[in-house]
Amino acid sequence: MTTVLAVDGLNVVYNGYYALDAVNVDVNKGESFGLVGESGSGKSTLLRAVAGLAPVTGGTIRVGSEQLKGARRSKAFYRQVQMVFQDPYGSLHPRQTIDRLLLEPLAIHGIGDAETRIARALDEVGLGNGFRFRYPHQLSGGQRQRVAIARALIVEPSILLLDEPTSALDASVQAEVLNLLEQVRKDRQLTFVMVSHDLGVVTHMCERLVVMRNGAVVERLSAKELAAGDVKEGYTRNLMVASKGFVRT
Amino acid sequence: MTTMLTVDNLRVRYPTRTGVIEAVRGVSFTLGRERLGIVGESGSGKSQTGRAIMGLTPPHALVSADTLNFSGIDLLSISAKQRRSLRGKRIAMVLQDPKYSLDPVMTIGKQITETLRTHEKISKGEARDRALAMLEAVQIRDPGRVYDLHPHEVSGGMGQRVMIAMMLIAGPELLIADEPTSALDVTVQLDVLKIMDKLVSERGMGLIFVSHDLRLVSSFCDRVLVMYAGRVVEELKASELTNAQHPYTRGLLNCMPVIGENRHPLPVLDRKPEWAA
Amino acid sequence: MTAETTQPGSRASLRDWLLSDRPQSRRQARLGRAYVTWRQFSANRLAVLGLLIIIALVLVAALADVIAPHSPVIGDLTNAYLKPPGTPGYLLGTDDLGRDILSRLIYGSRWTLYIVILVAIISAPIGLIVGMVSGYLGGWTDTILMRITDIFLAFPKLVLALAFAGALGAGIENAVIAIAITSWPPYARLARAETMTVRHSDYISAVQLMGASSLRIIFRHVMPLCISSVIVRVTLDMAGVILTAAGLGFLGLGAQPPLPEWGVMIASGFKYYLDQWWVAAMPGIAILIVSLGFNLLGDGLRDALDPKESGQ
Repeated sequence: MTTVLAVDGLNVVYNGYYALDAVNVDVNKGESFGLVGESGSGKSTLLRAVAGLAPVTGGTIRVGSEQLKGARRSKAFYRQVQMVFQDPYGSLHPRQTIDRLLLEPLAIHGIGDAETRIARALDEVGLGNGFRFRYPHQLSGGQRQRVAIARALIVEPSILLLDEPTSALDASVQAEVLNLLEQVRKDRQLTFVMVSHDLGVVTHMCERLVVMRNGAVVERLSAKELAAGDVKEGYTRNLMVASKGFVRT
Repeated sequence: MTTMLTVDNLRVRYPTRTGVIEAVRGVSFTLGRERLGIVGESGSGKSQTGRAIMGLTPPHALVSADTLNFSGIDLLSISAKQRRSLRGKRIAMVLQDPKYSLDPVMTIGKQITETLRTHEKISKGEARDRALAMLEAVQIRDPGRVYDLHPHEVSGGMGQRVMIAMMLIAGPELLIADEPTSALDVTVQLDVLKIMDKLVSERGMGLIFVSHDLRLVSSFCDRVLVMYAGRVVEELKASELTNAQHPYTRGLLNCMPVIGENRHPLPVLDRKPEWAA
Repeated sequence: MTAETTQPGSRASLRDWLLSDRPQSRRQARLGRAYVTWRQFSANRLAVLGLLIIIALVLVAALADVIAPHSPVIGDLTNAYLKPPGTPGYLLGTDDLGRDILSRLIYGSRWTLYIVILVAIISAPIGLIVGMVSGYLGGWTDTILMRITDIFLAFPKLVLALAFAGALGAGIENAVIAIAITSWPPYARLARAETMTVRHSDYISAVQLMGASSLRIIFRHVMPLCISSVIVRVTLDMAGVILTAAGLGFLGLGAQPPLPEWGVMIASGFKYYLDQWWVAAMPGIAILIVSLGFNLLGDGLRDALDPKESGQ
């Protein structure tokens, strides 16, 4: 089991507010790892810190054998690690066609053969050729999220960071996108780090997970343990009970 | 149970440059002093239905129905002034995100008392007392302090409770809740639902709960209407949800990942064109 | 692209091609979007009027040699001294040097266009770049650039033009430089505000996550979002630029006689305003019409370029 992502004692501070407080997380190669919590837990911040989008004030992040410095990342890093954002309505540039959006990462990294790669990327996420020259506002939420996934995969990363990729989608569309993500992971043998507030989604998609609260890790467990109710912390138990829905007492 | 609201063949249409978009295509149901859930995905017309009852659709929307009757009043033929006097006093609506539905420049207390004094002629002091009592009823522990805060200074869950307080203070008979807990964390959702549950039972109100979450609605409401593409495709008792007949309802129930189940891949909704017919 | 004929069949199919929701090429998508924007623009009658006025201005300037009945600089002092409008041969009358006012207006349109285009070309890019860089990079860069912007914002146009005229001599080029230098700060502020709005959006984060350099992000991703507001603002400012240039001409600081620039015409005709009102009034009306045209066009552009994603 090789560790592809190691976060050690990470602190992320915004104006004196500790969004992440000495957080330790290890992710193994090829596994699907979940970060669960409510709003303000720091789960998204952790993902963004790994991506270089959040100000790191302490602790270390290691990807593979490379130690990352602060918020600066190398181009090689961006070929290895990519991210899918939560809001399908905000993660695609409103003035660019899908074709242009997918061309951008190829152009930045100097990857040739753009025509075939773009067509293949769209095909992989289940979007036909008719979508290629549309603008984002002409696509539904689920279609946009598929484009976001295609964009992340087109540089052929090995680690995919997923920030609540299906929270903003309808239930039926969510199922399709989750199936797509699973398929993609299997085909490309990717490592997933997935953030979600939905325990059902996390236990479905992930093998191991951590529960976060107020910027710290509260519990570490496997999806199987969570499903079986084998939890140690009261907070985790509360989350489990809450996810079962409303019970009239 | 006496019927409070009768809706028969409700249609909401939007004329656009490229034709007429039908958001709601012939929805019919009745409501007594009970909880009715309206469930659907985006584009199903569930929110438009709720707003049409309140008279809050955009001005260019065309609302028509064979019957749209609340407590003997024909909602389609009354004047704007009469509709305004109904809103808040007899029919109230709770919206999704308190960040966007509460006035950011007024204090919470002022917003609640404003609602009250619009419908009843009472003094400022009495309005304040009733507002504080209402804040306590929605389980806000320090009503005096919250009374003077602005909406951005309180959390989402508290903002939503304030919204409920504001909407219920004039004692309406019907509450329409449009995704009232979708913007909240899951633990906070249950707290807010408990409060709504208590108030609705205590006051004997009718409740229309609009949501995309089928499981939540079926655990909270007595009856459920499932909407798809502007129509009601199924109507059933919440307790009988597992016996749903329509393939869309069954598909919607099945496609959610549940803790403990191990279905890979998840069953996906196979949308048939005849559902939208 | 199919050539347009008068047969309704082919026109309808061109329209369908442009409005298709499954464009097959980059060109089709871009043209389709341009078409939708045009439809939104042309729905506004006044905006189309503004556009027509500006087009007329350009045509008049281009065809000046052909349509002007007389020379703009050579006058017939003996026969055509201060003749009123309607005199045969002189549709809008003549001035105190026997020159046909209509011809002068026609040739003057070239100067108006010259001033307007030069000011736009100089001030808009400067403002856009300063604003975008400032808004995107933030921190010290933002502070320094904004203070520089404030310094330029503090200069009143006329005073600066006076200074330039004093230092470099009066002339239309110096007037243009003076106006351009004082025009760019509002564009910088506008571009900065737009940039700050989109700075933290997910699609910009996504491009950062691809390893794009700041330069690439600013020019390829942020600029398309700022550019429409700046274009609208520049168009609306054109009217003011014309008036300022006219004012400078009136003060003798801008264009110099015998150039048929409209401001100069008002200046030299001003002394006859009581009895021979047309000498000053005609160029005044021309300025009015062109300013109105730019204002209407700018308003229409604002409505059409507003990123409302409806209509398609």
